[in-house]
Amino acid sequence: MLRNRWTKVLVFLLCLAPLGWMVARALGFGGGQTIIAIQGGKVTFNGGIEDALGNLTANPLEYVTHFTGDWTVRFIVFTLAVTPLRKLLHLPDLIRFRKMIGLFAFFYGCLHLSTWLFLDKLFDPAGMLQGMLKDVVKRPFITAGSAALLAMLPLAITSTTGWIRRLGGKRWQRLHRLVYFSGIAAVVHYYWLVKSDVRLPLMYGAMVAVLLAYRMGAWLISRSAKPAQKRTVPAVT
Amino acid sequence: MLIKKPADLRYSETTPKSVYMNRRKFLASVPAAALAGRELLSPSRGLATTKLPDLVKSPLSTDEKQNTLDQVTHYNNYYEFGTQKDQPAKYAANFKTDPWTVSVEGEVEKKRKFSMDEILKLAPLEERIYRHRCVERWSIVVPWIGYSLSALLKAVGPTSKAKYVAFETYWDLKQMPMATPERSGLQYPYVEGLRLDEAMHPLALLCVGMFGETLPPQDGAPVRLVVPWKYGFKSIKSIVKIKLVTSEPPTTWNISNAHEYGFYSNVNPNVDHPRWSQAKETRLPSPFANRPTQIFNGYGDQVASLYAGMDLKKNY
Ligand code: HEM
Repeated sequence: MLRNRWTKVLVFLLCLAPLGWMVARALGFGGGQTIIAIQGGKVTFNGGIEDALGNLTANPLEYVTHFTGDWTVRFIVFTLAVTPLRKLLHLPDLIRFRKMIGLFAFFYGCLHLSTWLFLDKLFDPAGMLQGMLKDVVKRPFITAGSAALLAMLPLAITSTTGWIRRLGGKRWQRLHRLVYFSGIAAVVHYYWLVKSDVRLPLMYGAMVAVLLAYRMGAWLISRSAKPAQKRTVPAVT
Repeated sequence: MLIKKPADLRYSETTPKSVYMNRRKFLASVPAAALAGRELLSPSRGLATTKLPDLVKSPLSTDEKQNTLDQVTHYNNYYEFGTQKDQPAKYAANFKTDPWTVSVEGEVEKKRKFSMDEILKLAPLEERIYRHRCVERWSIVVPWIGYSLSALLKAVGPTSKAKYVAFETYWDLKQMPMATPERSGLQYPYVEGLRLDEAMHPLALLCVGMFGETLPPQDGAPVRLVVPWKYGFKSIKSIVKIKLVTSEPPTTWNISNAHEYGFYSNVNPNVDHPRWSQAKETRLPSPFANRPTQIFNGYGDQVASLYAGMDLKKNY
């Protein structure tokens, strides 16, 4: 089933579902003011962007920032979990979805970044760049978030098979270990931004730690197994 | 963008349709017998609040556009009922506020326990429309109801030794299961404090209602403080104890992180929170942090003299 072409479409739609859910909420499905109504094939709009944002709590931008931030860190964890799950569940075909899930992490991260730009900076285009740099330098939680997202950029760019070929599997793999850095930086970002309730950042921290420990364990085991293999190779020649 | 109108709000404006609708749904789901209790549902909304009649309009009110009841009751920081903004509306819904007493003690001539009825009758109830600024950079405009805290303090008579006022919030794990350090990162009971001269300032409001009715539980029922020139967390909710003391009392957010939350916590665009700038604010529900923050939240003319000669950067 995992090899079916349609499974990929299904996973794609699942990855898009959080965004869809938020948009639906903004449009008034599930309470609040109904922005869009579909009746007899006719679509009518009963409100503008202000009203749509108004459906997303009294503080819409905080809501969108938190929502997209939450889903970015979740998708990073999902991405990190693919390889361990392949091994533990004996489902090698899960690899088909890793690239897509990773790209969705980057996608939600970009949405998250744009809410921050929108909230703080866009109304003041002249001071925007300066304000951004000041935040990145002065606010440790922004520094950590930016590092997390920036580290994902080369991974998103080199996610294609063309780039795997160009870099070579080994080098490509080494580069893509950066995702662990993103995971850790994302957790630090989250830990530093909460006011007093650190339960959720600690939970994501624990998940990243377990996934990282699994990979390290697997790596140590394979390393101790390797010298034996190497010794046998020359014996054949 | 929002178009700012003078605050001659019609009732339909302050009560969004969704509240009417929710109320209808709610009423349909509750047997009539349950509604015959002492605390009748407000005829106008789905909240278990009662109308407060004969309100005096206060000259201390702002004429800025008010936020809606729906906004003010569904976006709350009340960590005893959960650290997410939408949780207090759900988890405080059945908070029991009757009977209620406020014990006033410490350095006073007449120590006294006030019942809610006594508090409601101590002074004429005023409607005061204040700006309310959270340390998290958002601000709202709320039509509070109450009277100056000084009226209560005068009724008990502070002694000459009284220099500060310490406040304490009700704490009950049965009703507030989230109110533990493990679940919200704060120590309980929630405590706050003011210098005596701050507490005696006419703007400091002992608040028993909003939007013409008693306080909903998520907004600090049945009686709270509103100190409009300070960050919102100074305006302690659901008060059970007021103690006049000789030295600066501990305050909850200061205990949690002294570096970020000082005893004074006056609204100040020039003193950043260590993690974010306070220069601008978001007037909800606008999505932009594009309003310049005003020193003392715009109440500088009235309160700046309280801090004459003080270094506000040091005493943040
Ligand atoms: C991979 C990168 C990132 C991840 C995983 C991430 C994750 C998160 C999470 C989980 C939250 C908290 C959500 C909540 O409380 O429910 C958050 C909040 C936030 N993030 Fe990020 N973030 C990332 C990058 C960034 C970047 C690049 C910026 C800006 C330059 C940024 C700015 C913010 C801001 C302003 C908040 C809200 C802070 C507040 O409410 O006080 N984040 N982020």
